[in-house]
Amino acid sequence: MSSFVDGNALGGVLSEVFAVDLTGARGRCADCGHVAPIGETRVYDRAAGSVARCSGCDAVLVRVVVAPGRIFLDMHGLSFLEIPLENSL
Amino acid sequence: MGRLTWQVATVAAITEETPSASTLVLDVAGWSSHLAGQHVDVRLTAPDGYSAQRSYSIASAPTAGSVEITVQRVPDGEVSGYLAGIARPGDQIEIRGPIGGYFVWPPPHGDGGAPVLLVAGGSGIVPLMAMVRARADRTPFRLIYSVRGPGDAIYAPELSRRVRDDRGLDVAYAYTRAAPDGWHGTIGRLDAGRLAADGWPADFRPNVYVCGPTGFVEKVADLLVAAGHEADRIRTERFGPTGGKA
Repeated sequence: MSSFVDGNALGGVLSEVFAVDLTGARGRCADCGHVAPIGETRVYDRAAGSVARCSGCDAVLVRVVVAPGRIFLDMHGLSFLEIPLENSL
Repeated sequence: MGRLTWQVATVAAITEETPSASTLVLDVAGWSSHLAGQHVDVRLTAPDGYSAQRSYSIASAPTAGSVEITVQRVPDGEVSGYLAGIARPGDQIEIRGPIGGYFVWPPPHGDGGAPVLLVAGGSGIVPLMAMVRARADRTPFRLIYSVRGPGDAIYAPELSRRVRDDRGLDVAYAYTRAAPDGWHGTIGRLDAGRLAADGWPADFRPNVYVCGPTGFVEKVADLLVAAGHEADRIRTERFGPTGGKA
């Protein structure tokens, strides 16, 4: 079994870029239409970057690569994100 | 909350919870508090510039100026081995947080007064303990805590005290390999019967938080859905098969 954690693990790196928490945001898989919080995705992070996959169909939703001085973010697997604005301190 | 950056934290105190888990109190200038269930990222940097980073759940109730994490040492864990073995008061590390707005209690969109079911596997107890500690009202809480044996239970004395002193908190242990002397229950993995006996009926519509190794969390979540709990009310946090988080 390939090991994965969950989307909560992406919270740290995303928080360096975004001013709101995205782990509680609900995203729709562009492939199968499954809607779930980013915190519920399956994150594979033992490689050079992190890949978040749909818990419904396993399609790639988000890819994040941290490089010196910049972050690459590919979110083409999400067809929308619903971002709550009141869930932070 | 705004964007987060790395901050210096100073180890103020270390407490051994079990032979392989320690709690570190970290003083962080400007720490403005957190929500129960959130985590921090910890970064260690060696003199040669090599750095390693892991995520650890916050164990303490929300408070300003400091934060506690409980670290379970994992085999060959280059970060956990330092934090739960070598670190001493006065040491400085870098942290980034608090992180996460999903696996938090009270839930971000209301209904904080609904009964709460917490299900912990091993060191998955840590963010759930923050919720137990944050519970100042009388929201009914039930905690089901699965451990290999009694010596692996983190926070056991405090949980006993809270069951005695805090109204509306129940704690049930599930022992998967060895039980304490005098234990009359079964030994083995959590099953539907234990979840039904020690949890809340689905029609109470509890807010459910499940944290532990991936396999444990997936199985418990499936059992709860099969028992009629709404998937939207079950929040999960999984930390991989080895016990160390990310």
